[in-house]
Amino acid sequence: MQQIIYFIRKFRYFLLFIILEIFAFYFTIQHHTYHKSKFVNSANFITGGIYNKVNSINEFFHLKHENQLLIEENTRLKNLLERKLNSPNDKIFLIEDSTKYFQKYNYILGKVINNNFTKRDNYLTLDKGIKNGLKNDLGVVNSKGVIGVIKNVSTNYATVLSILNSNSKINVRLKNSNHFGTLVWNGKDSQILQIIDIPRQAILKKGDTIITGGKSAIFPEGILVGVIKDFHFDNNQYQQINVSLFNDMTSLGYIQIVKNLQKEEQYQLEQTTINE
Amino acid sequence: MNKLILINIVRFISLVLLQVLVLNQINFFGHLNPLVYIVWVFLFPIRKNKATFLILSFLLGISIDFFSNSGGINAAATLFIAYFRLPILKLILRKSDFDFLLFNIRGITFSKAFFFIFILTFIHHFIVFTLEYFSFNEFSAVFYNTILTSIITIILSILGIILFTKKK
Repeated sequence: MQQIIYFIRKFRYFLLFIILEIFAFYFTIQHHTYHKSKFVNSANFITGGIYNKVNSINEFFHLKHENQLLIEENTRLKNLLERKLNSPNDKIFLIEDSTKYFQKYNYILGKVINNNFTKRDNYLTLDKGIKNGLKNDLGVVNSKGVIGVIKNVSTNYATVLSILNSNSKINVRLKNSNHFGTLVWNGKDSQILQIIDIPRQAILKKGDTIITGGKSAIFPEGILVGVIKDFHFDNNQYQQINVSLFNDMTSLGYIQIVKNLQKEEQYQLEQTTINE
Repeated sequence: MNKLILINIVRFISLVLLQVLVLNQINFFGHLNPLVYIVWVFLFPIRKNKATFLILSFLLGISIDFFSNSGGINAAATLFIAYFRLPILKLILRKSDFDFLLFNIRGITFSKAFFFIFILTFIHHFIVFTLEYFSFNEFSAVFYNTILTSIITIILSILGIILFTKKK
């Protein structure tokens, strides 16, 4: 007994060092393994509050840019509307019936209050939380394309797993054909992402537009992603397909959170199918 | 004594805020962010009681992690250099026993202080980037980031120390 106490006394700093180091490694490994880090994230009262305060000052300098983005999006949406109006000329027989419409997605406005893009695994912080109806695994987009998926939420804040992250895998497809692939990031350039798992039958061209595939329950189909920058075709297989984003991930302001109202239904159906 | 505690608390908070609000947004050459908050570890007075120092270093690292959503990466690295600060200092000064209480980083020669900061910064950054990439395949990226970020951190830390501390 005497020996043990002597041992502990002699190595007490070393033991403290080891214990704290184990804690740190535990957080690190939890962060890398699980999709959600339970404890260490910036969606809490203090960190979120500080980011929010600083952002409200910074925001002022980006108003012009934000306005520009709004005008661009308005123009794009107006063009889409115009295209619909020109379709079949059956206005005369149109009956307004509210049951005809059904809403699958709901958009919530939010603001990025902290943005990272230089590390291997990047996260954003938003100024909206559980209070505004946010949950885990909701998609985040802006007028120019996908941004990420919500990872942690607290009462007033939320963190987002950016597409610039090694854990981010987003289902995308070519705009002109139905070939699906997965959007990943190799950690080199924040403007260039990669697509993997594109079948070799797909015909790619430089400058082809990439949009979200809608195979997952997170993003609606057809949200913009980027254009193909270059690709290699070796051994009868697409080796590396680089996509340059429409979005500038280094300057994000207002964003929209996409809530899929039928996610539970789809998920439950898929679960029962697997279990049978 | 009270003044010393106050100085260290103020330094702790201001370095965390400086790191997360300013330095994490710098992006030198597109992606390099100096981790200057470890200056706190260099400047903390050397006492017989190492426990407080170790716990505070851990808290310093974990506060940075909270802000930058990085798990326990900074906590692990900061704790590591905090524990090995004294052995490395002894190695550099080549004295087995020197005056702990009177030690001040401005009191030793510039080359020795530089070497001290260089070794601790390099170890710290190497741990941070290894844990961040968490893969042997990306060793070159880890090494490249470690070296370039270390250079910027060392320059900024030395300038900061010269500007904000009194020479003894």
